[in-house]
Amino acid sequence: MDLVLRIKGAFRNNMRQYAMLIALIVIVAFFQILTDGILLMPRNVTRLILQNSHILILAIGMVLCILTGGNIDLSVGSIVALVSAMSAYFSVFLGLPVFVAMVLGLLCGMLAGMWQGFWIAYVKIPPFIVTLGGMLVFRGINNLILDGQTIGLPQEYVTLASGVIPDFIGGNGVLHVATIVIGVAFSALYILLSVVSRMKKVKQGFEVVDIRTFILKIALVAALLNIATYWLALDDGLPNVFILVAVLIVVYTFLTTRTIAGRHIYALGGNAKAAELSGVNTKKVLFWVYANMGLLSALAGIVFAGRLNSASPTAGVGFELDAIAACFIGGASASGGIGTVFGAVIGAFIMGILNNGMSIMGVSTFWQNIIKGLVLLAAVAFDVYSKSRARKSV
Amino acid sequence: MSINILEMVNITKTFPGVKALDNVNLKVKSGEIHALVGENGAGKSTLMNVLSGIYPYGTYTGDILFMGEECRFRDIKESESLGISFIHQELALIPYMTIAENIFLGNERAKRGVIDWDDTALQARRLMSRVGLKEKPDALVKDIGVGKQQLVEIAKALSKDVKLLILDEPTAALNDEDSSNLLDLLVELNQKQKITCIIISHKLNEVTRIADQITIIRDGSTIETLVKGKEDISENRIIKGMVGREMVDRFPRRVSNIRDVGFEVKDWVVYDPLDEDRIKIDHVNIKVNKGEVVGLAGLMGAGRTELAMSIFGKSYGKKISGKIFKNGKEISIKNVSHAITQGLAYLTEDRKNAGLILIDDIKRNITLSSLGKVSKNGVVNESKEVQVAQEFRKMFNIRSSGVFQLTGNLSGGNQQKVVISKWIYSEPDVLILDEPTRGIDVGAKYEIYTIINKLAGEGKCVIVISSELPEILGICDRIYVLNEGRIVGEMDVKDASQESIMRCIIQNSSEPIASGQ
Repeated sequence: MDLVLRIKGAFRNNMRQYAMLIALIVIVAFFQILTDGILLMPRNVTRLILQNSHILILAIGMVLCILTGGNIDLSVGSIVALVSAMSAYFSVFLGLPVFVAMVLGLLCGMLAGMWQGFWIAYVKIPPFIVTLGGMLVFRGINNLILDGQTIGLPQEYVTLASGVIPDFIGGNGVLHVATIVIGVAFSALYILLSVVSRMKKVKQGFEVVDIRTFILKIALVAALLNIATYWLALDDGLPNVFILVAVLIVVYTFLTTRTIAGRHIYALGGNAKAAELSGVNTKKVLFWVYANMGLLSALAGIVFAGRLNSASPTAGVGFELDAIAACFIGGASASGGIGTVFGAVIGAFIMGILNNGMSIMGVSTFWQNIIKGLVLLAAVAFDVYSKSRARKSV
Repeated sequence: MSINILEMVNITKTFPGVKALDNVNLKVKSGEIHALVGENGAGKSTLMNVLSGIYPYGTYTGDILFMGEECRFRDIKESESLGISFIHQELALIPYMTIAENIFLGNERAKRGVIDWDDTALQARRLMSRVGLKEKPDALVKDIGVGKQQLVEIAKALSKDVKLLILDEPTAALNDEDSSNLLDLLVELNQKQKITCIIISHKLNEVTRIADQITIIRDGSTIETLVKGKEDISENRIIKGMVGREMVDRFPRRVSNIRDVGFEVKDWVVYDPLDEDRIKIDHVNIKVNKGEVVGLAGLMGAGRTELAMSIFGKSYGKKISGKIFKNGKEISIKNVSHAITQGLAYLTEDRKNAGLILIDDIKRNITLSSLGKVSKNGVVNESKEVQVAQEFRKMFNIRSSGVFQLTGNLSGGNQQKVVISKWIYSEPDVLILDEPTRGIDVGAKYEIYTIINKLAGEGKCVIVISSELPEILGICDRIYVLNEGRIVGEMDVKDASQESIMRCIIQNSSEPIASGQ
């Protein structure tokens, strides 16, 4: 009984954090029933990851922009298009090796981001306007390069976007053993790191969560990780993009929560004036956040082009809106300073599952848009409501 | 003449942690010009905000009687409908609208929602002639001077059939000629059109010139009301009323141990960032010794904050020139982070908007300006950060549930201790504290004075900017008096008094000094 009460207490304290996770679980359960179990079939889970990888990548970059003060980047869909065209230009027109073409593509995206970051941070033009301009410019460059045509890309792009890791251990054709081994290895690493960090805290006399809650938490995370890898092993195994996205989530979570750069991003969004007077170089922060958004857009562009196996003039149309919606569904504040990478990832998954689930059910895209719009509104309304309630209780 | 148009009885208004008004009484006679004087933060504006309904009924206690009837205003509209108009220090005009549009904003000349532009122009012209404003009604407000904008505000008040006109520092932004014209207009409106006026002003020469009665407010209480003709209303008499409070142990004792010069600013010139021809800081020279607390006294708008911020990494102003010396060596400061690494700290006067990140917790706020000290290779060591924050929380007695409490939920005094912790953690040699005790209660003030003493005791150079003269006199060793961007006086605290500082300010104002007695 005691444990239940304690969990309830912890829950209430982290209500906003957990609310989105619960929403995700509810939506998954909802579609699992309505699609007669298709949603969570191993094949469909793989497809879900492949289909949404680019939105996940964009949402990670976008949440940083939003953190700096509710600033959004409207140009990411066009940078996706620009980089997919550049990929075709470097690898097909110029015939460069694919690896070089990919690096150059990332560089192009980063330059596009730096271009926008310059106008936003140093000339102080509102991000909305700069990125609206960028949206038109970068789309236009795509059309110039491709001349309105769709160009096929080398096989390596497809492998990156849709392939799975090789089964280096050798499976039996039913199970992808390497995937399971990776799952076990990472959950062991996770448990080890958690225990070490807890022991360090105890040694320094800090407050830590109750030991039973702690065990419950790591057991739950480890179990989820292993179920996920097992599930993917039942299909073709770990998709390459899964690893890519996982690495990005870990890196950017670390960046935002543990580094000085991350602190400066939150401080800028929390109170720009106070941050500036505390010695935060706010211009530099803004500039690099947008440069980073360009880089991640380029990555998303390469992944997306690879999945379509081509560079097309209409690549990435509307991606910016999906990425922005993912961040806000994931609890980011429209005035900045509040939000997490993890939240944005959850938000992207909610959007992805809505898309995927409704497609399986055969809901028309017209209705899909209406429902997605209402979910976004409901998520933010809930956030506003819970914040106003939290304020009253103080 | 003897009927009171307005009576405010036992008005008490508290903000979280502070009693801004304490049983204030104000009686304004019909048809007079009544002046409200007092130091910054004495409660003048708060009292007028209560009267005009900005602080609605229920957020204060006490009664308001207007023309003999009790009023319970819930918002400004209600007080305006009875004929009370409040013209704020910062004008509430919309720059890209015309004079006529501004005059009738919210009160449009319209039939069934459709604006009658001819009537608007006609009525505007009529009102403009009443206030002597010679401009076209369709001139944009941004294109006319501040003095004329002030007239537009008055015309706007007249359009609402005003009976009681409240003006908060109406001449603060005006030059001598515009000020003089405005005062003439007020007298004329008062005598010919029988409009009662309440004027809040720091410029005592203006007050003595036009007021029939003067009410002095100090520390949220009414001290006295002086009647022209009956009592002495000379400037000296008013100053005495404004500052005359006893000081018993409001300031902790300190034995000064003043050493050699630690910080010096020479020939400091700063121009207004919005108007690069307007000089804001005019060849200022100051120096601070190690272990010394130096006060910067002056009225609001004297340029104290501008001076401090321009020194602190050029965070204010354009075309900054001058030299800064630390320990005898000239240093150049390009930006704020540069200033911090050179050992400077600036505690802002605007704690909530520029000092703290209210949605962040105590520990994050404390380490923000010196994150390098709790991190390695750019990675923040959170346990070290918590340790640091806990030390400060204990040392300065920051009353909170823990270092993870959001600073937005702390009281003013505890918020200020967090900001001070932030700057002390950056280990500065020179601290500039801008209104360090603004809006916090007496107990917390004492604690902050103790911290200031401790810093001076450690041999740091401390500069304190304060609008509260007793505070300056209570904690400083030496005082610079700043007025209109210039240093107009320097005195040792032993030779200084509130009267001498006030006199120094008033005698050096560019306003003509009215004959006192």
